[in-house]
Amino acid sequence: MSNELLKIKNLSTSFRIGDEYYAAVDDVTLTLNKNEVLGIVGESGSGKSALAFSVMRLHTKAKIEGEVLLNNQDIVTMPKSKLDKIRGDEMAMIFQDPLTALNPLTPIGGQIEETLFLHNRKLGQQGRKKRAVELLDLVGIPNAERVFEQFPHELSGGMRQRVIIAIAIANDPKLLIADEPTTALDVTIQAQILDLIRELKEKIHAGIILITHDLGVVAEMADRVAVMYAGQIVEIASVEKLFENPLHPYTRSLLNSVPVEGQDTLHVIQGVVPSLKNLPREGCRFAARIPWVDASAHEENPTMHEVESGHFVRCTCHEHFYIPDQNEEKGEQSNGIS
Amino acid sequence: MAFLEVKDLQVYFPIKGGILNRTVEYTRAVDGVSFELEQGKTYGLVGESGSGKSTTGRAIIGLEDITSGQVLFEGKDITDKKAKNKNFRKDVQMIFQDPYSSLNPRKRVLDIVAEPLRNYEKLSKQEERKRVQELLDIVNVSPDSIFKYPHEFSGGQRQRIGVARAIALKPKLIIADEPVSALDVSVQAQVLNFLQEIQKELNLTYLFISHDLGVVKHMCDNISIMYKGRYVEQGSTKDIFENPQHIYTKRLIAAIPDIDPRNREKQFEFRKEVTKEYRESFNNYFDSNGLAFGLQSISDTHKVALPEKG
Amino acid sequence: MWKFIVRRLLVTFPQIVFLSVLVFVMAQFMPGDALTGLIDPNISPEALEIQRERLGLNNPWYVQYVDWLGGLVQGDLGQSFRFKMDVTALISERVMNTILLSLVSLIFTYLIAIPLGIISGRYNDSPLDSAITGYSYLGFATPIFIFALVVLWVFGFMLGWFPTSGSVAPGLDAGSMEYYISKLYHALLPGLSIALISVVSTIQYLRSEIVDTKQKDFIITARAKGASENRVYNKHIFRNSLLPIAAFFGWEITSLISGTVFVERVFSYPGMGLLFLESVTGRDFSVVTALVLLFGIASILGALLSDIILSIVDPRIRIK
Ligand SMILES: Nc1ncnc2c1ncn2[C@@H]1O[C@H](COP(=O)(O)OP(=O)(O)O)[C@@H](O)[C@H]1O
Ligand SMILES: Nc1ncnc2c1ncn2[C@@H]1O[C@H](COP(=O)(O)OP(=O)(O)O)[C@@H](O)[C@H]1O
Ligand code: SF4
Ligand SMILES: [Mg+2]
Ligand SMILES: [Mg+2]
Repeated sequence: MSNELLKIKNLSTSFRIGDEYYAAVDDVTLTLNKNEVLGIVGESGSGKSALAFSVMRLHTKAKIEGEVLLNNQDIVTMPKSKLDKIRGDEMAMIFQDPLTALNPLTPIGGQIEETLFLHNRKLGQQGRKKRAVELLDLVGIPNAERVFEQFPHELSGGMRQRVIIAIAIANDPKLLIADEPTTALDVTIQAQILDLIRELKEKIHAGIILITHDLGVVAEMADRVAVMYAGQIVEIASVEKLFENPLHPYTRSLLNSVPVEGQDTLHVIQGVVPSLKNLPREGCRFAARIPWVDASAHEENPTMHEVESGHFVRCTCHEHFYIPDQNEEKGEQSNGIS
Repeated sequence: MAFLEVKDLQVYFPIKGGILNRTVEYTRAVDGVSFELEQGKTYGLVGESGSGKSTTGRAIIGLEDITSGQVLFEGKDITDKKAKNKNFRKDVQMIFQDPYSSLNPRKRVLDIVAEPLRNYEKLSKQEERKRVQELLDIVNVSPDSIFKYPHEFSGGQRQRIGVARAIALKPKLIIADEPVSALDVSVQAQVLNFLQEIQKELNLTYLFISHDLGVVKHMCDNISIMYKGRYVEQGSTKDIFENPQHIYTKRLIAAIPDIDPRNREKQFEFRKEVTKEYRESFNNYFDSNGLAFGLQSISDTHKVALPEKG
Repeated sequence: MWKFIVRRLLVTFPQIVFLSVLVFVMAQFMPGDALTGLIDPNISPEALEIQRERLGLNNPWYVQYVDWLGGLVQGDLGQSFRFKMDVTALISERVMNTILLSLVSLIFTYLIAIPLGIISGRYNDSPLDSAITGYSYLGFATPIFIFALVVLWVFGFMLGWFPTSGSVAPGLDAGSMEYYISKLYHALLPGLSIALISVVSTIQYLRSEIVDTKQKDFIITARAKGASENRVYNKHIFRNSLLPIAAFFGWEITSLISGTVFVERVFSYPGMGLLFLESVTGRDFSVVTALVLLFGIASILGALLSDIILSIVDPRIRIK
């Protein structure tokens, strides 16, 4: 129990389109332990960012229901003044696009000092500057003293992402949310940033939610993985289990569409993620994209089932069809399955 | 005679500066690149952003002025402006990265796909429509959608409409500039499969530009690795992945995340080693300006940028 | 930054040359010429011809242009045929009045526009914003002299708080304290009239900048740091939105100029604008030409000034 850092209970986040609210995050329940990396994967539009923003309570116009308990304090309902104390201190976030996430008119140093100033008034001006330079050093920026004085446009994307990480870890947060932190970066820079996050994790002992659409990143970084589709978690398991024994058809499709050794034709998931307004709200949201699953397998309103300890999957369909391994996959496709 | 031969291609962009805004320097976007393509094959061009991949592609197709060098298509020099090679412009087409901005949002699918036809072939309205519908059929977009606008399609569909436009004139060579980089894995799979299918059907040659080594490995017969406007290594897909010679290539390969979580620790160690090697032997692989040396053959198919011996 | 400023200055020079040519050509195309309004219509054509010859009006255009330019450089803007005095002397007296008026209205403009723009942008789509935007539409649609007339009538005549004409109370010693206070006092009401109109574009510009900046990613970063909403607005949104307002400054000057033309008329305020209207109706073309030139130079310098301000405050330009 004491190991539990974040508990998300029945969280729904809805956006208003026209006169109605549509849930982009739909009844999500998750936990994150201390020192744990929880990966969240899914195609774009599946609600990953909406979920992350809800945890930080960064949405300005959304309707949020449910609970987000960080060390037993409910983020959703706490007063704004309390929230301001927690954001940037106990919980912090790293964003996707390093080119736009920094204020173009403020020097790098000032942007790091701001977060120090907001949460640690005891640190004087000298102290803040010293700590900011330390942080730049810590995230692997060469010439920290100089970069302190520079403006964002003078730095490369990879360097800016390091600055954003420096801001996020400035006050040793207990919860760190990284929303596609490497999607906008080159692979070599991605590898460096991931290494950095891993290193920092050892140093600051934070629980990390790592959002990505790249299964390779999840495989390398996560302890546990939640697969998200159309606002719902469809499968959640330890990273080994998920890659070894994926059960939900969506998880399997995602894994199969990644090019791997010796595969001629890639697996294709039919159709696309439906837009928020057109999400099917009745029955299974995924049914339309796997026409090959026998109707008898469909659950009326699929719920999460615990298959083995810690491995949850929405629906029981996996009991009804045989899961071919990689080599058989080809044969399966020629049967019109792809 | 090679199908396409690029000889010592250079594309420099002027950097303006000083009070009078005169050219003070050049960005050497492409700095002496040579390669040959064989018909029906797929050639990968890989490198980090800014390495000059797009500029190479754009220079071949004539969208960028060539500073020096030659591009020979089926033996004919197409950099010779006077020769106005109309066939070449029909035979070589390009597919762009961003399916959201590469199609004119105010044009109907019919007009988008028919545009190259209108430039090169005189067709009646009926014939034109029929051809466009055939093309859409090839790319698996419903032929009924000719009067729709780009925003009515998903990313993958748009990319396929872009492909329909590219293959309208039955080209021989397609330069695909990061055609799947903006797409989700599932959609990416769809487009990649489809590019392979039409390649077989139409005997197409691809110059496939990408920063994703995984995708390139899946698609390509031959791969060139580019760094700061120069090639650092060139070879068959097997050469590059199983026997990488240049330290930069090794580093790129090491950076690809491993899809199997059980290999995690091994992968970290490997990456650490490669990074160390990269740091320590940088001077053996790059000249004093940090640029790659000229390519040296190390086998029939495999070339690496190394300092000349002696 | 220095390179940028020097380059910007270099661009200004051809602009001014172009303006001078334009003004000169315009002068050539004005109906009649300097003599038309001046001379007894019954004078014999020969005598007229002699007069024209004497004034160089029959020379080829480029000779006239060079003469004219040479004069300009020496501060010779020609003769006013209506006032029978040097245009330079005639204008310089008025220029100071107009500069004062412009300054006053500039201060009013920013004093009113910045708070209103900020409110409108921060609470966009609230009733307050709707009211401000409503006023803006009114301001866009209403000709400035109607505004000026209303202001004059309400504050000048009905309430009697301000003088209704002139630029200074008669009988005061030029240079005395009372004299300057009276000058300022006389400029307040016309200045306010201009400001009431010119705020409109600044408010809307500021509003849209703020609405735009609000949605930028770095604002989310600021919130994620734990900055309070007030801090997010004061330290991030407003600061970043006010910057383009500096760039808007040049445009402001241009709109002030067109503002003074009508407002000076309504308030019988002896500035360049009033002189301009009088000279147009009086066909005092050398004065018109000189004024157009001055107005033009003012706009060019305004644009120059705003670019320079921008280059100083925006690090993306400053650090190059
Ligand atoms: N502020 C918003 N207003 C309306 N719809 C939104 C908003 N933010 C996200 N959405 C919609 O919610 C769904 C989930 O979006 P998002 O969380 O950004 O997905 P992801 O991060 O997984 O790509 C999408 O359909 C998206 O269009
Ligand atoms: N039109 C252009 N003008 C000036 N510089 C350019 C232009 N196009 C590309 N460059 C520069 O040339 C280099 C190579 O760019 P590019 O070919 O787009 O790289 P890649 O496609 O590998 O990301 C970069 O430094 C880029 O800034
Ligand atoms: S079998 Fe279950 S998970 Fe699969 S589509 Fe049907 S209801 Fe959904
Ligand atoms: Mg997202
Ligand atoms: Mg490119």
